[in-house]
Amino acid sequence: METNKLAIRSWLESVGDSWIFFYKLLRNTFSFEFEWSEFVRQCYEIGYKSFMLVGVTSFIMGTVLILQLRPTLVDFGAESMLPRTLAVAIFREIGPVITGLICAGKIASGIGAELGSMKVTEQIDSMEVSGANPMQYLVVTRVIACCLMLPLLTILGDMLSLLGGYLAMNFTDKVSFFLYFNKCFGSLTFTDYLPAMIKTLFFGFAIGFVGCYKGYNANRGTASVGIAANSAVVTASLWIFFIDVIVVLITNFLI
Amino acid sequence: MKEAKSVQHIDNNAVIKVSHLRKSFGDKLILKNINLTLKRGENIVVMGKSGEGKSITIQCIVGMQEPDSGSVNVLGKEVPELNDEELKELRKHIGFLFQGAALYDSMSVRDNLAFPLKKVLKIKDQKEIDQRIDEVLESVGLSDAIDKMPADLSGGMLKRVGLARTLIVKPEIILYDEPTTGLDPITGREISNLIVEVQKKYKASSIIITHDLECARITSNRIVIMSEGEYIAEGTYDELHSSDNQLVKSFFS
Repeated sequence: METNKLAIRSWLESVGDSWIFFYKLLRNTFSFEFEWSEFVRQCYEIGYKSFMLVGVTSFIMGTVLILQLRPTLVDFGAESMLPRTLAVAIFREIGPVITGLICAGKIASGIGAELGSMKVTEQIDSMEVSGANPMQYLVVTRVIACCLMLPLLTILGDMLSLLGGYLAMNFTDKVSFFLYFNKCFGSLTFTDYLPAMIKTLFFGFAIGFVGCYKGYNANRGTASVGIAANSAVVTASLWIFFIDVIVVLITNFLI
Repeated sequence: MKEAKSVQHIDNNAVIKVSHLRKSFGDKLILKNINLTLKRGENIVVMGKSGEGKSITIQCIVGMQEPDSGSVNVLGKEVPELNDEELKELRKHIGFLFQGAALYDSMSVRDNLAFPLKKVLKIKDQKEIDQRIDEVLESVGLSDAIDKMPADLSGGMLKRVGLARTLIVKPEIILYDEPTTGLDPITGREISNLIVEVQKKYKASSIIITHDLECARITSNRIVIMSEGEYIAEGTYDELHSSDNQLVKSFFS
């Protein structure tokens, strides 16, 4: 009973801490002292360095989906609907979620570990005590870079998934490049890709915020760095699913 | 090697005045009743057993910790009552050398030193930045290390660069948290001599937290001994060395 009370109290404290962190983030975001050079550097670290992983994974996902879907659609005589099915599935759901989960693993853990080790070695305290603003320099730049890079990485991943699907379709049937992509894009509407892009913005925010929060609040000791990184991945991944469900419910209601 | 002697010309104006400082963490009372005055141009060494709260005192001075009660007056300002902007402004006049130097490990020595100039003092002139970096690295004897990364530096070099980064903003007060811990005796002595050189050249007032007797002997104008959350003895190195107090004797034996 006592253990449960302590666990609940600890959880409530962390919820309170995260709201305070969120407030500090908002206050520092709308400030005239935005760290542009650090922001650009973070866009490179987060966006460019995740390009290969997201690209390869998305390409494989497109290939696998076509190979898995084809037998079922052939049974229904609907083989011609493969490009359309793939495009809608990728753009609406699979592309954003897979990209989000990959980035949660790579980026959230990287940010959590980096800021965690800075915390443990007193670098964040040093920055604060010198009169600089670590929230502005370390947190705001990373969160905004994640918000910007996730939609771009998702678009890239979606395109590569369609490319992977095209190659998979040509394992069994000969399909022209133009016909395939015409069928893919011809079937997509505003309601397929806009809600998905909005989702990726929130995914990016969740990844950046969780990674920064876990790292910034790491305890003393090197084990805390690992805990911060691990916890960042798990929490960011869960938040991706929560955000996904909420956005889908809202868009289904509105559209 | 010629040993530096700590400066004796001390102004009677207090730059730091701590009165009845009290600080606890949960149920544990760390600081009971701390009273400390740092005069302009003076070096005070605070000694005590590990875990006594020596570092907590200087963290309260610089606003990293909020005291439970008591007064912490730094350069005429009451630190616990300052808002974020006022505290940020006050910190521009205080240098803090962390125990591990706390260099930003993703930046080179040059970028570490440029950071406070660009981000705190908002200096945009690259020539001025480069000049100040060269001057301060020369004063700590590390001009050759300018393009090295922190991972490439030895313990002593890290402390020197950390000190350089503290000095580059020309602070009025410098707080040293265990400056010689983890260093061999020779390097420790070099760092202690450097602290005295800083006192002479930059006319800074300093509080040095240490349990290194050699460092205390070289750098101090005054030493205070801390025990169980209070200062129990105060005096020069020679006075405390010949004290009859058993606890003080145990530090100096």
